[in-house]
Amino acid sequence: MVAVTSSEERKGSVAGHARWVRVSHWVLAASVLTLAFSGFEILMVHPRLYWGKAGNDLTPALFELPISRNYKHGGWAPPVVFSPGAHPVVSAARTYDIFNQNSWGRSLHFLAAWFFVVTGLIYLVTGFTSGHLWRHLVPCLRELAPPLLWRDIAIHLRLRMPPAPGGPPYGLLQKLTYACVVFVALPLVVLSGLAMSPAVTAAHPGLLDLFGGSQSARTIHFFAFVALVLFLIVHVVMVALTGFRRQMRAMTFWG
Amino acid sequence: MKKDKVVIINRRKLITGLASTSGLLLAGCSSKELPPTYGNVLRMGDLLTYRAFRTLLPAQSLVREYGRGDITSSPAVGTSNPADPHEELYNAERGPLYDRLKAGAFADWRLRIEGRVARPRSFSLAELRALPSKTQITKHTCEEGWSAIAEWTGVPLRAVLEAAGILPSARFVNFYAYDDSGEGIDMLDALHPQTILAYGMNGRELPLAHGAPLRLRVETQLGYKSLKFLERIVVKDEFDDLGKIGDLQNGWAWYVGI
Repeated sequence: MVAVTSSEERKGSVAGHARWVRVSHWVLAASVLTLAFSGFEILMVHPRLYWGKAGNDLTPALFELPISRNYKHGGWAPPVVFSPGAHPVVSAARTYDIFNQNSWGRSLHFLAAWFFVVTGLIYLVTGFTSGHLWRHLVPCLRELAPPLLWRDIAIHLRLRMPPAPGGPPYGLLQKLTYACVVFVALPLVVLSGLAMSPAVTAAHPGLLDLFGGSQSARTIHFFAFVALVLFLIVHVVMVALTGFRRQMRAMTFWG
Repeated sequence: MKKDKVVIINRRKLITGLASTSGLLLAGCSSKELPPTYGNVLRMGDLLTYRAFRTLLPAQSLVREYGRGDITSSPAVGTSNPADPHEELYNAERGPLYDRLKAGAFADWRLRIEGRVARPRSFSLAELRALPSKTQITKHTCEEGWSAIAEWTGVPLRAVLEAAGILPSARFVNFYAYDDSGEGIDMLDALHPQTILAYGMNGRELPLAHGAPLRLRVETQLGYKSLKFLERIVVKDEFDDLGKIGDLQNGWAWYVGI
């Protein structure tokens, strides 16, 4: 972990971001890209999403994504009925050779998740203790006045953003976006991920109640992933539009 | 009773063993006491997850049990009949044997318990049914992403292992099936109160496609650890990756509590 004193951070913010922000930014960026890649592979194996405690090919889906040959495959033997009725409980054997690369996909996902969670915790602890999160990411109430908010939205809609300084202070929408990612999307994606683990939910069954079941957690995990990918795209576009070279220098160690 | 004493010593050894390794996530502990990584970075991540879960999570928490109304339909994937030569994991020796046992309604079927036990022995289905049974409605979580809730009836693995007398040095339990598949778990999951050898599903005899006549249920891990079509159980002191039929040599994580 990078030790930071407040004087170092002030010094760092003159020529860009604090050193610990630069390091954690790229470790987190690499982890998130790896998580997105392996997560997409995992989703391809079973591209159906559900709501509730459990869900499978023999139960109704919330929606289904056409992202692999497993999409709506019809390879099921005639079902055997356990109990008939309005909602019959059945069993059926699969007769279709599905796409499945989860052997490396899952292990890569969790390896990246370790880098992500450990670096994320270091980022949060350093961010809280150094004051970075309060000073630079969380907007103060005065800034949230509707006229200021509308003005910043209008500036972004017309793509008339001023050149960025390559570090804090951030604009209002920029602060709100970063705060939503750091305080909402990232914790949500970690917690919903843990709510799918049989061992973690045995020790902490409250996670199942929090999300309304492990299949609901899986669906929320998917939407948090979509939100993070959208953020990633907007983030890169905004960096490109407001001074790419200056901001890359401010976030890296190359001059 | 002598039988109980053996298990108490074993449990104490297990707890002190876990306590002494906690905090050291990657170093320490002889390699034979942990799943190997073969120098593969993905397996190192799996090992980190295993050790972190064993260190950070309370031992043997119970998984959630559901009500009858929560039972869902259950897909049967993987081998659905070990006697079928078209099955991917068909075994030319045990497949025909399974076919004969099935034809006799599994009356001649026996489950062998071997390895590091004081009294290696075998159980018929009737003998297993005569042991105190446990029925639980639990969620099967498949690595593919789906899940299913079903009612399972069987005998706690712990009772079967104790009947054979687990030696104090034992640390792992391996399972072999009638097809070319095998699984292994550590003693903590093996002695977990919800780890059972199931002969019943949703109030009926275990169906063929779900592993008749007997399958493992490891509720604290993903579905593929719950091996179907059990043939024998081998108790081990050291980690054994089960060679070509095990998870590791096929590229899969050995510990899948996540």
